[in-house]
Amino acid sequence: MPLINSNDILETINMIHEDNLDIRTITMGISLFDCVSDDTERLCTRIYDKITRRAEHLVAVGQSIEKKYGIPVINKRIAITPVSYIGGTCDADGFVRIAHTLDRAAADLGVNFIGGYTALVQKGETAGATNLIDSIPEALSTTRCLCGSVNVASTKAGINMYAIAKMGKIIKDLAYRTRDDESFACSKLVVFANAPEDNPFMAGAFCGAGEPDNVINVGISGPGVVASAIKRAGDCDLAQLAETVKRTAFKITRVGQLVAAEAADALDSTLGIVDLSLAPTPAVGDSVAYILEEMGLESCGAHGTTAALALLNDAVKKGGVMAAQHVGGLSGSFIPVSEDAGMIAAVERGALSIEKLEAMTAVCSVGLDMIAIPGDTDESIISGIIADEIAIGVANTKTTAVRVIPAYGKKVGESLEFGGLFGRAPIMRVNTYSPAKFIKRGGRIPAPIHSLKN
Amino acid sequence: MQAVITVTGKDTSGIVAAVSAECAAHHANISDITQSVVGGYFVMIMIVDIDKLDIDFSEFVDVMTSLGKSKSLVINTMHGNIFDSMHKI
Repeated sequence: MPLINSNDILETINMIHEDNLDIRTITMGISLFDCVSDDTERLCTRIYDKITRRAEHLVAVGQSIEKKYGIPVINKRIAITPVSYIGGTCDADGFVRIAHTLDRAAADLGVNFIGGYTALVQKGETAGATNLIDSIPEALSTTRCLCGSVNVASTKAGINMYAIAKMGKIIKDLAYRTRDDESFACSKLVVFANAPEDNPFMAGAFCGAGEPDNVINVGISGPGVVASAIKRAGDCDLAQLAETVKRTAFKITRVGQLVAAEAADALDSTLGIVDLSLAPTPAVGDSVAYILEEMGLESCGAHGTTAALALLNDAVKKGGVMAAQHVGGLSGSFIPVSEDAGMIAAVERGALSIEKLEAMTAVCSVGLDMIAIPGDTDESIISGIIADEIAIGVANTKTTAVRVIPAYGKKVGESLEFGGLFGRAPIMRVNTYSPAKFIKRGGRIPAPIHSLKN
Repeated sequence: MQAVITVTGKDTSGIVAAVSAECAAHHANISDITQSVVGGYFVMIMIVDIDKLDIDFSEFVDVMTSLGKSKSLVINTMHGNIFDSMHKI
């Protein structure tokens, strides 16, 4: 058997110990279609039993892989069939009972999060979807591990503006209900366009209707590794820079593939996808913003940021695609504000605005993410922020999403301290001119034309 | 199957002997060693065959980690597949 090269060993160890390379998440998708019942009690029992049976060894397997390869596996998570499908006969109270069941299952298993408190309403709402959406404030403010999402638009269906109007109100309500906890519940809710069915990342993970009964999807990380590689590349031109990113993304993704295959095998699950993601953390050096600055921008948010991010995002995908058997999820570079030390710094120095972040989301995954706004922001303005972001996804045939936190009782200049991977969110200025009349019109913005591309 | 053991820390006598003895005790056969001392700092990369290990690999990782702690060294033990996956197409 050929020996492993010392330089390769040192490179891998450096990536893990110096540049914060980690596996961000092993997410087990579990279908709950076979739990359906018109009796809420029975439904909850079946859901709890299936999740705790199928994911019984998820945490242990994650820890054992972590130990075997010496690479941190930060999160072990569960994604389930959208609950609006499963609880079609429940009223809002019934959905809250399901929410508490899911939270209890997650806590008993020791997983970090469980996602799938979800409704897909791009064309309109079923009774189940309406009841689930109505229950979101109660469900997400009284649970710890549960994450939810609402898909309000798709490129094929257009944009459901009724749902967007509703989500503005719900996000405000969630912020108020968790006002003593930094309005934290808002970080567990995401509003999507073109939501993927196999996304391993929270808050938007769910196990889509086309997924197998049990599937393992893995999300990788590694902004620090890419930033270091760019630094080492020195004063090269941008084509060479893209090559550097591709090579690095390949190596990172290979680890994701190895972990995904091993986890799927150990858990007797289908091997799903590797999400080719660059997911930052608040740790110094683990920042997507620093990558952009390493490319040559004085600060993330400067003119040129969107172009730099487009290069980065494309190169990550090109490098990663060859390294993994199947790719999917949100694949691309994430730009959450609170979870990225460089983004936080860029906001605080006045270099990065919501408008610029919105432009950046046109060329990367996934959307306006973990952004704190003043607590007194009107719900119609939140709906306007969502509508703009969703329109970018719909028009460009890509996933976009919004996860904003209207920080109850706080203003620009203050910040929310979440701690851990959620980090710190400086409160960002919002354009306060009102979109209320536009939002109030409701209806569905028609699906965009796919020819005459301009 | 191979594993990579890296050992770093302040140089003292007997480090190679101690790590090798522990490997031998668990039937991990050493196939390569690279070792140097820079400014009193000891660095070693050891590649071992683990096909005949007498304990689970995960226990072997624990054994080596504890050995490191007892000698004020940092010993990381990683399964070789991660290097093959990352660096070979």
